Amino acid sequence: MLGEGIIQGLAETARNFFGSFVEKDRLTTVQFPEERRELAEATRQYPFLLYDGADPEAGLRCVACQICEKECPPRCIYIEKSKDKKPDFIGKPQFYPAVFDIDVSVCMSCQICVEVCPFDAIRMDNEFELSTTDRFGGLLWPIATLAKPNEYYQSIHPTEAAETDERRAKELAEAQAKAAAKAATSVAQTPGAGE
Amino acid sequence: MNVETIDKIDDLELAKPAPAPAPSGIPSRSGIMDISMGPHHPSTHGVFRMDVQLEGERVVRLKPVLGYLHRNHEKIAENCNYLGSIPYTDRLDYLCSMTNNWAYALAVEKLAGTQVPDRAEYIRVIVGELTRLQNHAGVVGFLTQDMGAMGTPLMYAFREREKVLDLFEALSGARMMCNYMRFGGVRVDCSDEWLRATRQVISAFPRFLDEFEQLITGNEILMARTQGVGVLSRELAINAGATGVMLRATGVNYDIRKVDSYGVYGRFNFRVPLGEHGDVYDRYMLRVLEMRESLKILEQAIDGIPRGPIMDPKTKLRGLRPKPGEAYARIESPKGELGFYLISDGTPNPYRYRVRPPSFIHLTVLEDMCLGRNIADVVVTLGSIDIVMGEVDR
Repeated sequence: MLGEGIIQGLAETARNFFGSFVEKDRLTTVQFPEERRELAEATRQYPFLLYDGADPEAGLRCVACQICEKECPPRCIYIEKSKDKKPDFIGKPQFYPAVFDIDVSVCMSCQICVEVCPFDAIRMDNEFELSTTDRFGGLLWPIATLAKPNEYYQSIHPTEAAETDERRAKELAEAQAKAAAKAATSVAQTPGAGE
Repeated sequence: MNVETIDKIDDLELAKPAPAPAPSGIPSRSGIMDISMGPHHPSTHGVFRMDVQLEGERVVRLKPVLGYLHRNHEKIAENCNYLGSIPYTDRLDYLCSMTNNWAYALAVEKLAGTQVPDRAEYIRVIVGELTRLQNHAGVVGFLTQDMGAMGTPLMYAFREREKVLDLFEALSGARMMCNYMRFGGVRVDCSDEWLRATRQVISAFPRFLDEFEQLITGNEILMARTQGVGVLSRELAINAGATGVMLRATGVNYDIRKVDSYGVYGRFNFRVPLGEHGDVYDRYMLRVLEMRESLKILEQAIDGIPRGPIMDPKTKLRGLRPKPGEAYARIESPKGELGFYLISDGTPNPYRYRVRPPSFIHLTVLEDMCLGRNIADVVVTLGSIDIVMGEVDR
């Protein structure tokens, strides 16, 4: 019969329409600004810099090695290395970035900076409401905007952060053990005791 | 010399076969009219323009005009290192970033001689087939939109597509620009919860397919608008280098997963649906059937996924310098044969980087499919090719 397919289709539409009142599967939309869906843990938007402790300047993990600047495919990172050094979390003197800018209007959220960073200093944020009235300055983020505490990282990517923290704690313990051993040998080092 | 060549081109232009008579049979008295469809026409699936010559409503000439989305992809990649081009490949066919990553990773692996662990191969198959699901769901939805079914089938299709995108987000962190695969494996491992969620999505998918077919497949309007429209002959499809659904709709049994198997596709049991008439309806049906086959592959892959590493430990992601040489790798992407051709000269950047995009090649036969048909059929035919301008213009 001509029109049978159309009637079948309309029946299907009706089933979806009435089903949307009772089945969660058929109505998947949410009323956005008031109602929000939980973001996946892996969600990534734009990078931020991590710091330990309370002071963003003293605790900044970045050592200005400039690997991320070099590897960034759209080249949206700009780093200027400091002249002097400051101790990092295991007490080793390291450079720090005098300037670290990310132009988020150029960034394509690819996460390669995070992958290549050997110091766990840069991670991806999941903040996505970033509209600003300043097209140029508002989207060029300096250290002051980028630096965020480790607790924030733990809150947005708990699994990843736990892994990182564990690894860093291990590194710290190793460094401390090494320092202690060194101190012990230097104390124990008397003429004739060595080889 | 030059004059001769130009003469030859003119001859070719004249030697074109005369367009088929109008379906209505009523000769037009209004003469030839030039229409520029696009680049902002809603039916052109992106910034694509067609210079159409019409006689009444009948198409007598159609020239695709490309380049509105050109962004120098290949040259950028030649100035990037091997790792840095992976996020750019996401932006080729921006609906199927996973398969783009895969094709590129395969090419680099061939060039550098990298082995991929088994678990990574299985994950690749899973995300690749999920990509096929979400791409085809989108395409059949948009096809009905092109025919004037405003909204309903498209919304149902997108509702299912969202579920697959949610899986991608949970796995890779992004819904569309996944940047997930690496030469030598994949970036992050998938958890058991993710596999469970995937199984849930694919077990709910057949219901959507049944409902969608109930809604559309038997619809008389759809049949009238698609059967016998945009017919591509088998000979022309082969000669023009059409691949994927475009070629299989004409009845040619050519699926790269079968004829030039890559990854672990050889271990799965699945069939390749074939069309017969090469028209829009066949292409629509093939996409629906392919989704059903993809579900079979997905089930087998999730059942058989082994434990183990996801990256080859010997792979050097940063500063990879393959030995001088060349490699071409191709995969069956949802749109057809997607190939990457790389030449290395021993430096960290590829010397030459070339993409063989399926939808670009399919656009070359658009005129042949549209000649002699009504202008409304052009929209449907274009929709059935499944083009993405990011891939066509690169």
